[in-house]
Amino acid sequence: MKKTINQKAWFMVLPVLILVAFSAVIPLMTVVNYSVQDTFGNNEFFWVGLEWFEEVLHSERIHDALGRQALFTIIILTIEIPLGIFVALHMPKRSGLWSSLCLVLVALPLLIPWNVVGTIWQIFGRVDIGLLGYMLDQMGIDYNYTQNSFAAWCTIIVMDVWHWTSLVVLLCYAGLKSIPDAYYQAAKIDQASRWAVFRYIELPKMKGVLLIAILLRFMDSFMIYTEPFVVTGGGPGNATTFLSIDLVKMAIGQFDLGPAAAFSLIYFLVILLVSWVFYTVMVHSDTKDMS
Amino acid sequence: MDLSWMGWTLPTAIFFISIALALVVMIIWAIKAPHAPRVGILRIETTPGDRLFISLLGSAFICLAWLAFFGSPIWEALIVCLLYAASVFKWV
Repeated sequence: MKKTINQKAWFMVLPVLILVAFSAVIPLMTVVNYSVQDTFGNNEFFWVGLEWFEEVLHSERIHDALGRQALFTIIILTIEIPLGIFVALHMPKRSGLWSSLCLVLVALPLLIPWNVVGTIWQIFGRVDIGLLGYMLDQMGIDYNYTQNSFAAWCTIIVMDVWHWTSLVVLLCYAGLKSIPDAYYQAAKIDQASRWAVFRYIELPKMKGVLLIAILLRFMDSFMIYTEPFVVTGGGPGNATTFLSIDLVKMAIGQFDLGPAAAFSLIYFLVILLVSWVFYTVMVHSDTKDMS
Repeated sequence: MDLSWMGWTLPTAIFFISIALALVVMIIWAIKAPHAPRVGILRIETTPGDRLFISLLGSAFICLAWLAFFGSPIWEALIVCLLYAASVFKWV
């Protein structure tokens, strides 16, 4: 049967294009315009060319923030992905009250707004009124996230793991639920070990959702702002000043809109590159699986 | 409509018009001579649109690397970008 080709369907995309133009393209154009100019407000601009890009590329402050950001993202992915898989593997597979309860409990942290999560952990970690801070203090551990960089990092990492591992769990759980029983039965007949079942059945079947989970967690953790800002405000010193916190300080705190625009464009390009690589790997592995 | 808040300049306008023109040319090219996706040296299936995206993204990083190591102006970097884009369209 000959396929009908009708290009009119492209008009269906028009509303989305208009929406994206207003929400993304026009602001992005403005950022590009700002990145090559200096402004002191009142819509008065002075052409500076690529000066801000050079300044940002050679700025030690931004290199440090990038280093902290990369370290944070690596730590987050190293903890959350294996932990998410582990929890998903131990959740009840059969539908019922127990599995529904587990799903609700796991999904709960995802329902809490970012600034509320930050506030919860800011209070939770305080030595005077917070349960965590008080307990650690009673155990003789010197824990003060407002003065100790290591404590601040630990607090932010634990907070992010608590908030976002659920997403990995839910995605992995959906992947696991889609595996037909026949695979497990075949593995049982072959007397496959638990590790072999995971390595040759569960992990390959979860590959697609895992890549989505890694992509989402990479993007979110690389752009994290609200939670560390509420808990530590980027401190002590600059210990938890990640890229977005530094960017906001530059744009709003110092009103250096030009350098901030150049900074945000470089930031955007890095995220775009990594997301494209993940997306390509994801699509490529899907087509390889199908062929 | 007052667009002064956007801070338009001639170079940035030319930059965006070039990208828009590239997209229009790609659309006309695809209508006149439809291309099937192909597998190139990256071992991934790409359409001409994908190759344009790879060219633009790669060019952005080439310009940034040029700025970081040699500083402005970046005319030579633009020549490298054109060579890079031609290579992407030929081999990727």
